[in-house]
Amino acid sequence: MSKEIIVVAETLQGKISDITYEMLGIGRKLADGIQKPLLACIAGTDGSALAKNLGVADKVLLIEDQAFAASTSEAVASMLVEIIKQREPALILIGGTNVGTGVGIMLSLRTGLPHINFSKDIQLENEKFVITSQLFGGKIFAEIELPIGGAIVSVVPGAFPIEAGKSTRTPEIEELTVTAGELKIVFKQFIEPETGDVDVTKQDVLISVGRGIENDSNLELADELAKLLGGAVCGSRPAIDQGWLPLSRQIGKSGMIVKPKLYLALGISGAPEHVEGMKNSGLIISINKDPNAPIFGVSHYGVCADLLDVVPAFIDEVKARKSGG
Amino acid sequence: MQIFVLLKMVPDVVEELVIGKDGKSLDEELVRYKLNEPDEHALEEAVLLKEKYGGSITVMALDTPGVDDALYLALAKGANQAFRISGECKGWQTSVIANLFTSFLSSRCGPLTNETIVLTGSQAIDDIEGELGACISEILKLPYISVVTGLNIDGGATKSAIVIKEFSGGLRGEYTVPLPAVIGIQSASKPPRYVPVAKVNAAKKTTKIESVSIPVTNVQSTLSLRKMFTPVATGKAEMLEGSPKDISTRLIEIIAQRGIL
Amino acid sequence: MDPVAVEVFGIPGYVIFWIVAFIAFWLFGRRIIILIRLLQKAQPENRTYQFGKRLQLFFVNVLGQKRLLYEYLIGSAHFLIFWSFVLFAGTFGWNLLHWLFPFLPIPLADEIPFIKILFVVMGVVGLLAITFSAVRRVFFPPPHLQKTWDANLILTLISLVLLTTLFGLTFKASADATAGRELDLLDKSLADIFPQLSANTAENLYVLMSWLHQFVVLGFLAYLPYSKHLHLLASPFNVFFGNVRPAGDLSDGISDEHRIAGASKWDEFTWRQLLNAFSCAECGRCDRACPALNSGYSLSPRSVIHGVKEHLLESGFKKKNGTKKNEEAEKSLIGGYITEADLWACTTCYSCVDRCPVFNEHMSLIVSMRRYLVGQGSVSKEIEETLVKYNRYGNSFGQSDRARPKWTQGLDFAIKDARKEPVEYLWWVGDYASFDVRLQNITQTTARLFHHAGLDFGLVYEAERNAGNDLRRIGEEGLFELLKDKNLQTLDKAQFHTIVTTDPHVYNTLKNEYGSSSSTNGKNGNRAGRTWNVQHYTEVLDDLIKQGKLKLSRKQSHRVTYHDPCYLGRYNGIYDAPRRVLQATGAQLTEMPRNGAKSYCCGAGGGRIWMQDSTGIKERPSENRVREAVSTTQAEMMVVACPKDVVMFQDAVKTTGNETKIIVRDISELVWEALEH
Repeated sequence: MSKEIIVVAETLQGKISDITYEMLGIGRKLADGIQKPLLACIAGTDGSALAKNLGVADKVLLIEDQAFAASTSEAVASMLVEIIKQREPALILIGGTNVGTGVGIMLSLRTGLPHINFSKDIQLENEKFVITSQLFGGKIFAEIELPIGGAIVSVVPGAFPIEAGKSTRTPEIEELTVTAGELKIVFKQFIEPETGDVDVTKQDVLISVGRGIENDSNLELADELAKLLGGAVCGSRPAIDQGWLPLSRQIGKSGMIVKPKLYLALGISGAPEHVEGMKNSGLIISINKDPNAPIFGVSHYGVCADLLDVVPAFIDEVKARKSGG
Repeated sequence: MQIFVLLKMVPDVVEELVIGKDGKSLDEELVRYKLNEPDEHALEEAVLLKEKYGGSITVMALDTPGVDDALYLALAKGANQAFRISGECKGWQTSVIANLFTSFLSSRCGPLTNETIVLTGSQAIDDIEGELGACISEILKLPYISVVTGLNIDGGATKSAIVIKEFSGGLRGEYTVPLPAVIGIQSASKPPRYVPVAKVNAAKKTTKIESVSIPVTNVQSTLSLRKMFTPVATGKAEMLEGSPKDISTRLIEIIAQRGIL
Repeated sequence: MDPVAVEVFGIPGYVIFWIVAFIAFWLFGRRIIILIRLLQKAQPENRTYQFGKRLQLFFVNVLGQKRLLYEYLIGSAHFLIFWSFVLFAGTFGWNLLHWLFPFLPIPLADEIPFIKILFVVMGVVGLLAITFSAVRRVFFPPPHLQKTWDANLILTLISLVLLTTLFGLTFKASADATAGRELDLLDKSLADIFPQLSANTAENLYVLMSWLHQFVVLGFLAYLPYSKHLHLLASPFNVFFGNVRPAGDLSDGISDEHRIAGASKWDEFTWRQLLNAFSCAECGRCDRACPALNSGYSLSPRSVIHGVKEHLLESGFKKKNGTKKNEEAEKSLIGGYITEADLWACTTCYSCVDRCPVFNEHMSLIVSMRRYLVGQGSVSKEIEETLVKYNRYGNSFGQSDRARPKWTQGLDFAIKDARKEPVEYLWWVGDYASFDVRLQNITQTTARLFHHAGLDFGLVYEAERNAGNDLRRIGEEGLFELLKDKNLQTLDKAQFHTIVTTDPHVYNTLKNEYGSSSSTNGKNGNRAGRTWNVQHYTEVLDDLIKQGKLKLSRKQSHRVTYHDPCYLGRYNGIYDAPRRVLQATGAQLTEMPRNGAKSYCCGAGGGRIWMQDSTGIKERPSENRVREAVSTTQAEMMVVACPKDVVMFQDAVKTTGNETKIIVRDISELVWEALEH
């Protein structure tokens, strides 16, 4: 029993996802705590090029196999079963993303190890792992205690800081051959979102609209504000579902993850899937009629008022400030 | 086509969620249940499949308060049969729930053929053990793919499903999944249709929900919760008050300080 | 000279007349029978009860032309044309006997001096009225007046009827004068008009005029059932079989099954609904009143009636050699003649029905079609979400029923729980007044007023569910029944004397729709055994002020104007109580031009408050109304008595840029200000 901590690195279209670094950060902390090595496991044809970014880990297990490029749960699960059987790690961290969905419980059934989903925090307490998971969209937390003897944990994106998982160090790389097994699902192609003229991930200022703007004629307010402040307009899922904005402007779990200097949320309630996409923004200001809107829990400043009152006034003030000084 | 839809009732978060006396579960007196939203989409996708390709839809759900309304609504939308399965377990014990469903499927629903598809929502808000669809697929040894937003069936010699799966950043992937398979639906190709109360009432008169009792074997959850609690609201925003003009002035100050203006 | 006693090519006049009259009557009768058969194939509806009230409606509105006179100039003209027509049609019938049976000793109508005088007077007056109408139609048409060839033809035909009579009388007088026969005063004056005529010419002209008159009338008769002028036959029945139940009661007299299903084809409407199509005179009064149309939506109440008519005429007749092609080419009613968007644009303000001189029920058609759309699931996402929230949570805000009484936490006194103890007034607060954060202050103020006055009142707290007014008008009958049953369970268990409501929509439905079923005649709110009253809070405040329980000694002298809510005013006739209350506060009230029953809807009703505004509309109804308040009164305050009005007008004040000119206040707020407390 190696009792290592293994982080399952997630890649998408030749890039390492942020969740990987988040897991490396907490993985490092835990590995140091139990004084065991931290491993990262990366698969796919571009694995070797990307492996060097995983320097926070002591070692990288590199599996170069076409089959795993498809990022299906069955592919990832079948790869990990072998590794778990061989190495018997103490803890396996999987990203709770659209890629990692389902992997944890599939592995749990194949290996007999417990799986904990929606994990927001992992602590070491008296030689035990204490995992805190969020339920019901974050309204309730649950604590699970596990001995340090093999557990699979799916981690909620954004729960841990990204920076702790980054390092300039080049890790040791070990190549592994793992048989993919029978993979029944066939990957056909990626479908890119229609690229707008604007890349929201590169903006310093984002004016984000949600259901609270009520209809697309009020979008003009957001447009004007974005222009004045040198930024762009984006939105939560409802704004895209309603057809007010294209998919390329969606912020959240299935959309973009952004970190602008200023994120101004107009009429957004703050569902966890959206918050995942913007919580690390520099300055978050939210305007919402509902005093209980969850968005206020992740904002730096909040205004509980009708955005149709406040935004026009704010636009006037910005104009005055820009012209008058 | 033989379409199975697995439905799950989850606590409605519109209500205040209160921890029960044992400190490890919700106070059942105050909980109200509603159909898991992705499951609504799974049901809609099933109805769309039936409209396109023909066949029959069988829906099933565990016996939870409010489940009958959800099952009758499903029948009114176009499901052919509805089953209410009773078995002792908590909502978050995915493995136990999965076992109940799969026992029922194996014992009562005949062999799974290449015309069979099992749909359920991609996840639920109490999936602390993991996603139900993944668990079901593992027990039945069927292929599984989730976060699906588009679904078509490709005829041909070996029937398969062509699915669109959502990643992040608006990226999606297209996959071919041989049937039978378990598919986790994130959102249906069209928003779930509205069914008027009168139609549901008619369904209540013309169809019956069949009650099924499955003896739960030794399947136990692999997890035991130590504690359940309401998080303290940390990091609450500083609220700005006053007239729109006052608020705007204050906002200008705040963003100017950060060098944004 | 008897005009019928002529011979044309050897054929006696009365033979020719028999043939022509027979053809005309046959064409007329055949068409009328076909139309009646169509009505018979439609859904049944009982409209025979309350005979006395119906007779009254007939006298006042058909004979008295009451609603027409609201537009007093053209109304007066129509009144005169109507009565001329009655005179000439009646005498035509009389003359018919003479023309068909000339051997009987029946005089012509104009041989009776009294009738001759009437002919001249009404003929001239009628022609003046028609001239006025024609000039108006050509040079000063009001908006939405349909300028069709049909209308012009009718005006021409009626004019010809009058002209041929007048000229006939004139020529007869001339002939009589020249022949030296005895003349009365009137004839002497008439004879002076064409003094040059020889006796023979005058007599021939008289005969010609008589025949022309007969042919014009017979031609008109044959043409009538194909033109909008059918309204003159259909509308008296339309009025007699009009709605005698409360306006705010949508429990039509048809079976539950048919009511829930709604209508998408002509035979799914009731005969009375189809009769609307034949009664419409295309005057445009409904369109002129419609807030949706005037905002820029394409909904036109008149077009709804017209669409049903066109659809009925197209699809009602079985094609003799009906091939599949013919069936496919048929234009559908919903989606073809009337669009779904039109049906959803209606705010159910009732102005169209209220104004219609022939008592058409446009809204009934719209709601029937909405019921069909709901049954198909063809509703917008916003409506669907609202309906799901109503079903699940019993309110349109999607909040837990446990959150409903939260607004009471801002009070420093406890309100009785009407579920647990008897109260005199059971206060049914309504969704908006309870849940909307912008309105909770006003609700609390109302509570303080009741408390201060020592009113014995209580709430049913979490047991309150939405009363269902708006969702019924969206067309979800099943859901309405569900909520109504739940509410009735609560109400039946409670002990109270009067229900007081904040929201006029709630007022309307509790008063008019909770007691009636499809089998009763809808007695006001009272079901068998139930004897509760329903009052609006302004009525209760009015009572309290009168009784001296609310002493408004701190008179405020605000300049105000008052907006009559649709469901309080036009639907239920409550106009005075709110005004008395306002007066008691010391406010100086200036009325807007569209006040009382003419009040202009804020646009929230019929589910529209949850629907998106369509792009490209020029002005919302609420904006139009605010502009009216600002431009026609010097009021600093627009006072309302409905929570939805507060919300709609507050937004409109902002979007029209009138924040510095006018502010929206609820009556409760003004009363509280004027109260010594």
